[in-house]
Amino acid sequence: MAKFTAKPNELSKINLTPRRKEWMDTPVEIREHMYCHPAKIKDLQTVDFSHAREWKPADEDWKLPQNWEQIVLDGMQALLKKYRSFQVFMDICVRCGACADKCHFFIGTGDPKNMPVLRAELLRSVYRGNFTLAGKILKKINGARTLTPEVIKEWWYYFYQCTECRRCSVFCPYGIDQAEITMMGRELTNLLGLQIGWIAGPVAACYMKGNHLGLEPHTITSSVELFVDDIESITGIRVEPTFNRKGAEILFVTPSGDLFANPGTYTAMGYLMLFHELGLDYTWSTYASEGGNFGFFTTNEMAKRLNAKIYAEAKRLGVKWILGGECGHMWRVLHQYMDTWNGPADFLEVPRSPLTGTVFDNAKATRMVHIAEFTADLIRNGKLQLDPGRNDHLKVTFHDSCNTSRGMGMLEEPRYIIRNVCNHFYEMPEDTIREKTFCCGSGTGLNASENMELRMRGGFPRANAVKYVREKYGVNMLANICAIDRATLSASMDYWNPGVQVCGAHELVANALVMKGEKERTQDIRLEPLPGEEETENV
Amino acid sequence: MKILIPFLTVIALILLVAAGVKAAGLELLFGVLIPYAAVAVFAVGIVLRVVKWARSPVPFRIPTTCGQQKSLPWIRQNKIENPSSTLGVIARMALEVLFFRSLFRNVKTELRNDGDRLAYGSDKWLWLAGLAFHWSFLIILVRHFRFFAAHVPFPVRMIEGLDSFLQIGAPLLYLTDLIILGAVTYLFLRRVALPMVRYISLPADYFPLFLILGIAGTGVLMRYFTKVDVTGVKQLAMGLVSFTPVVPEGIGTLFYVHLFLVSVLFAYFPFSKLVHMAGVFLSPTRNMVNNSRMVRHVNPWNYPVTVHTYEEYEDDFREKMKMAGIPVEKE
Amino acid sequence: MDLKGLLAAKKDAILRKWFDAVLESYPADTSNFLKTKKNRFANPVGYSLTKGLEALFDGLLQGVEIETLSPSLDSIVRIRAVQGMAPSKAMIFPFLLKNAIRGELEPELRGDRFSGEMTALESAIDALALHAFNIYMQCREKIYALQAEESQRLTYRLLQKAKMVCEVQGEDPGTGSSKDTKK
Repeated sequence: MAKFTAKPNELSKINLTPRRKEWMDTPVEIREHMYCHPAKIKDLQTVDFSHAREWKPADEDWKLPQNWEQIVLDGMQALLKKYRSFQVFMDICVRCGACADKCHFFIGTGDPKNMPVLRAELLRSVYRGNFTLAGKILKKINGARTLTPEVIKEWWYYFYQCTECRRCSVFCPYGIDQAEITMMGRELTNLLGLQIGWIAGPVAACYMKGNHLGLEPHTITSSVELFVDDIESITGIRVEPTFNRKGAEILFVTPSGDLFANPGTYTAMGYLMLFHELGLDYTWSTYASEGGNFGFFTTNEMAKRLNAKIYAEAKRLGVKWILGGECGHMWRVLHQYMDTWNGPADFLEVPRSPLTGTVFDNAKATRMVHIAEFTADLIRNGKLQLDPGRNDHLKVTFHDSCNTSRGMGMLEEPRYIIRNVCNHFYEMPEDTIREKTFCCGSGTGLNASENMELRMRGGFPRANAVKYVREKYGVNMLANICAIDRATLSASMDYWNPGVQVCGAHELVANALVMKGEKERTQDIRLEPLPGEEETENV
Repeated sequence: MKILIPFLTVIALILLVAAGVKAAGLELLFGVLIPYAAVAVFAVGIVLRVVKWARSPVPFRIPTTCGQQKSLPWIRQNKIENPSSTLGVIARMALEVLFFRSLFRNVKTELRNDGDRLAYGSDKWLWLAGLAFHWSFLIILVRHFRFFAAHVPFPVRMIEGLDSFLQIGAPLLYLTDLIILGAVTYLFLRRVALPMVRYISLPADYFPLFLILGIAGTGVLMRYFTKVDVTGVKQLAMGLVSFTPVVPEGIGTLFYVHLFLVSVLFAYFPFSKLVHMAGVFLSPTRNMVNNSRMVRHVNPWNYPVTVHTYEEYEDDFREKMKMAGIPVEKE
Repeated sequence: MDLKGLLAAKKDAILRKWFDAVLESYPADTSNFLKTKKNRFANPVGYSLTKGLEALFDGLLQGVEIETLSPSLDSIVRIRAVQGMAPSKAMIFPFLLKNAIRGELEPELRGDRFSGEMTALESAIDALALHAFNIYMQCREKIYALQAEESQRLTYRLLQKAKMVCEVQGEDPGTGSSKDTKK
């Protein structure tokens, strides 16, 4: 026996970690399953991104362009001159550490370079070394470092481990927003051709075909046709959506993911049913068939190029105003950027609900309304006949999307809707919702499959809060208002909380919506038997 | 090393001035020239810094919203955390600047594991220590105006009165003297003791702490222990502000150490993270109105970009569109 | 006092040792964070570890069926399965309990007095470790399954349109992998 008795720690000594070094002396370790594959050359070329080439993150040599150093420093200089946010955030951080443990990637990975403050320091150290007097003289003592290919790798690795969720910014005493810094970091990596495939692919597709999935016009219509069939079999009503119709009152734009990806498709069916029931004079567009904007995860210019289609199409079709579907980053872009980029939208009218007469003054310049605002107004004015009992098989909790909560402040509208269409609604703990919500862990184009481990780790804080309400209230449905959430939280729940499903708010609306002339419903929107109907099904 | 270098630097500064005054008799240099230079560097430096910030435009309206937006009239907006008017922004900034609203957010947590309250309490301590430090610093600064005015203005006297309301000792004990020493010490210990914070800390984070500790320490020594020649100090101070500098005899080395460290702090200020004092007012995520969809924000460097136009799109897909029954512009 | 009593008496010390040893499998900077905060939502990894290890220890002490410890094991293994560690490293945590016990009870275990009980306990720990390995494999398989399922889910309607799903539908009445979560 004694022979086998390992001395305490002997067994674990194999794993003893190296002595801790300063972060600047700790080289980046590019770990598999934590990053996304590089972009395809042709995708980068489609949108004229520079330095497209074959390279592998695991390789020693990333084949950086010859004058890469100059490119980066010039790029930084230009960004500092263009963005006050960047310039100020580079200068004023006091490293108090308030943000450190607020990042879902840090909480989930424990990697210190995922602390927002340190992720920013990756860039700040180069800024100090090249753009400040003190940094140039005092070098490392003042927290400056030289730009090396290692630094570029570190930037790439960690700026693509940030989902620009802005949670850190809520807790920072100066409002320093890591999302801004990550955006700048990504602009810089983009200058060197270091883009990832999961972003570049959708960007190229959206540029050429109007949506991230690269769906051609006839594919869009035929796919919506499938929804129409399903809706008919559920309700007995055939809805009749139109496409690219001139003279419609409203243009409807939603993330293309919801046209194909489950469970987003059910949300899209919800829109179709709602609009039909209202008799809304609206049209879809196959040209502006994308609400989301993966360009936003590359460069400001690319984001603007993709976004331009929405106003252009609204103008061509002669609609009065634009209605937007449930999506997260789409709404950050629409709310805070679109009008500035591609406005003024003086060819549109101030949005007014044709059903309730409500004028959406909060959108009087941009002239685009969020569907949650639109639907909440309908419910408030009693325009919808609802039977929340049809959602009684669901115990629902609501996940605030990062962008709609911290880049817009849409907190109550979706809750109001859910409370009116569901009888069982439970909030997650206060520190994990509303402006303090945790990211799904896969935003900003990081929802690829090769980085699934990163996603699961980044998604853990959110999943952990869901686990709490699942244990406490038996929650089995995680509602949200974001297409990326619907796609990625499904995987996250599948791993961390099997049995908890994911849906958009308007799927719940569709379940509860009593339509004029509908047949008695025996199935929910997922074509599953409604509670109490299982028996009859089996008979 | 990260801690040692700034510590030794401050020690070296102290020795330098002590030696300079005691051995070389450089009172004029340390009492007059350097303070003038430091104030000049501070003023010019801060102005240049703010001008530099201000010259970078704010291309987009990007407030971080921390409450309900203004949308439908029956949904209660959070007018401070998600302001839709300038008044709201002023309130938001006031809460931020005067009470460190965002740091306070750390405190609120309803659900917690049974144990270890202390570990969680530390978050609140950062807010408290930060607040205590900044406010004491301000009050102490204001108190010092008594040296620069022939007749001590009423507000200064009032603050002095409040600060010494305990009426302990002679000279009366100022509360802020205790608080600032305690708060700075806490902020230092926190930096050393919390592994995460120690990991992110730079020498530039320790240096101001040591410097301020040195300033407060020498100040306390002079007031309560060595009882500095206050008349001499006032004479010097009055001379400085009236640009007729005099160097009175016998103020003592300690005073020059104090004054020199203050000068260093002033001169260091514009080149360091201490500019957060001015920068917080220019932070776009905090000082902007969240009315992006109500009022168009103009980006001064907005430029036209190439897009894939509808015409190009229709050219690509015209036949497919026609087959799917989608209306086209050109048949 | 028998071994069980001894273990119960020293529970806190042993758990602390075990927890610290498990944390050593993380990089130093990470383990520091995991140690500092105990809040369930601010530090879910640290929380799950503390809670899970305690439940396992109690279970072993009471000699319950290893299967009943599955939820506690799961809460730890599920996390370690995605933390980028080699399997040997991820799965070392049950064995570290042996060290913790031997380290903490060094004087008491010196003689032969507890050797029988100790052997039994160590066998139980081995069984626990094997069971943990089952869960670990399930988690890893789930990760790979997720990658496949997700790409299906993302293009579900496209597949349906291509009539690929219709054929499968005969066997599986579910529509798409979001339904699979109910399995």
